[in-house]
Amino acid sequence: MLIRRPNTIKPSEITDEAVYNSRRQFIAVTAKTAVAAVVTGTMSSVLGLQNAQAALSLPNITKSKYTVEEEQTSFKDVTRYNNFYEFSTDKEGPATLAKNFKTDPWTLRIDGEVNKPATYQLEDFIKPHVLEERIYRLRCVEAWSMVIPWLGISLGDVIKRVEPTSKAKFVEFTTLHDPVQMPGQKRSVLDWPYVEGLRIDEAMHPLSILAVGLYGQVLPNQNGAPIRLVVPWKYGFKSIKSIVRIRLTEHQPKTTWALSGPGEYGFYANVNPNVDHPRWSQARERRIGDFFKRKTQMYNGYADEVAPLYAGMDLKRFY
Amino acid sequence: MRRYAKPIVFIFCLIPLGIMIWDGFQDALGANPIEQITHRTGDWALWFLLLTLAITPLRKVFGWQFLMRLRRMLGLFVFFYVFLHFFIYLVLDQFFDVNEIIKDIIKRPYITVGFIAFLMLIPLAVTSTNKMMKRLGKRWQQLHQLVYIIGVCGVLHYLWLVKADIVEPLIYAFILLGLFVVRVFHQRKKIKKRECGLLTRP
Repeated sequence: MLIRRPNTIKPSEITDEAVYNSRRQFIAVTAKTAVAAVVTGTMSSVLGLQNAQAALSLPNITKSKYTVEEEQTSFKDVTRYNNFYEFSTDKEGPATLAKNFKTDPWTLRIDGEVNKPATYQLEDFIKPHVLEERIYRLRCVEAWSMVIPWLGISLGDVIKRVEPTSKAKFVEFTTLHDPVQMPGQKRSVLDWPYVEGLRIDEAMHPLSILAVGLYGQVLPNQNGAPIRLVVPWKYGFKSIKSIVRIRLTEHQPKTTWALSGPGEYGFYANVNPNVDHPRWSQARERRIGDFFKRKTQMYNGYADEVAPLYAGMDLKRFY
Repeated sequence: MRRYAKPIVFIFCLIPLGIMIWDGFQDALGANPIEQITHRTGDWALWFLLLTLAITPLRKVFGWQFLMRLRRMLGLFVFFYVFLHFFIYLVLDQFFDVNEIIKDIIKRPYITVGFIAFLMLIPLAVTSTNKMMKRLGKRWQQLHQLVYIIGVCGVLHYLWLVKADIVEPLIYAFILLGLFVVRVFHQRKKIKKRECGLLTRP
């Protein structure tokens, strides 16, 4: 084994102490700014952070075991190709129309079938939880897909904290309704506000997260800032954005897309190459950045983790 | 000036394609370039189709006879953009997978009508020459009335593929309807005139 002797290290290779210290300090300062940005959610410092260090990593992020080894979709594409009808039905629209969307202060209410209903400021809501990086596939019902490194907290932990009662069978999520800020809500393309839902066991599944960031940064507005759901084995429309309310319910929530087109969008919306959308095939998808389409995987590749949730269910009926 | 009208319009009709190629090289086709060029060629095909169908009504209402000379070229550009649109689907979406394509055409109504429109455009393009016009005589007119069905298919193709925001296809449906109404209205006037003429004839 070749061991470099100290005298073979040229003085020019040794980092000057002053430089070393300034680097440490820089990391510490930027790390603090990042904490402040995430924890307080202050837009100004968020913007400052983004301007100063676009690709800065947030500190105290636990790497999750839930990670896919596929090539990640570029930050540019993740943040310029968005289905966010609250701003625009056009995919390039949200990136510009959501620019001035105000996410601070942000309050979030959790109630319904729980012992401890509460209204939180976003920073208090996130504080007790572990921030994890999860690299997930995202499969849109429109047959395109991405791979996105999310930053988020476990939805199950959030629900446990408010102590669901025995009647809590479903979880309902609601997006902010604010047509002044969200111009898309001035048109009745969908019934506003957007509502999504999960069965309680789906919500408690370790793969389900509430994301507050992506690519090491605070969540960009067009991606559902400041907090959104991510359920990677379901079509993208289930992963509701800009959440203001989480309600635990006894009965299955009436969800927006299922109301809009009951024959086309079901409550479950699990990614399934064998059950087509009535108007188009779900067998294949175009991964953003790819030239040709690829095969869609059952439960978007998360079958090992989530298939037991649907054991014995007729997936053609419960689409 | 009249001499240049056709070449100028010809070049204008190629501009959408030129911009698409330019954007492709500039990486300006967005995150999903294949979808982007599919949509753009589809949009332009539909716009050229509505424009072609507007020629006769415009001529009748405003008396713009000169437009007639552009009709054939515009119609051929409809075919050109529809062909590009289909070709992108054939290669980049399905990669010549004939089984999948047949399944798509049978199972998906929006693809069924789109494909019908494409098939119907072929005989129209083939018979667009002066020679063919002469050869087919009266039947040429009858054959080319297929363009109305193509118009309806084109709008339905768009309407049936959108998820929720149907405003744009509805606008095209109304334009198409408007153009039909003008035609029918003028046809009636013509018939009436003829009838009146018959009555007043000594």
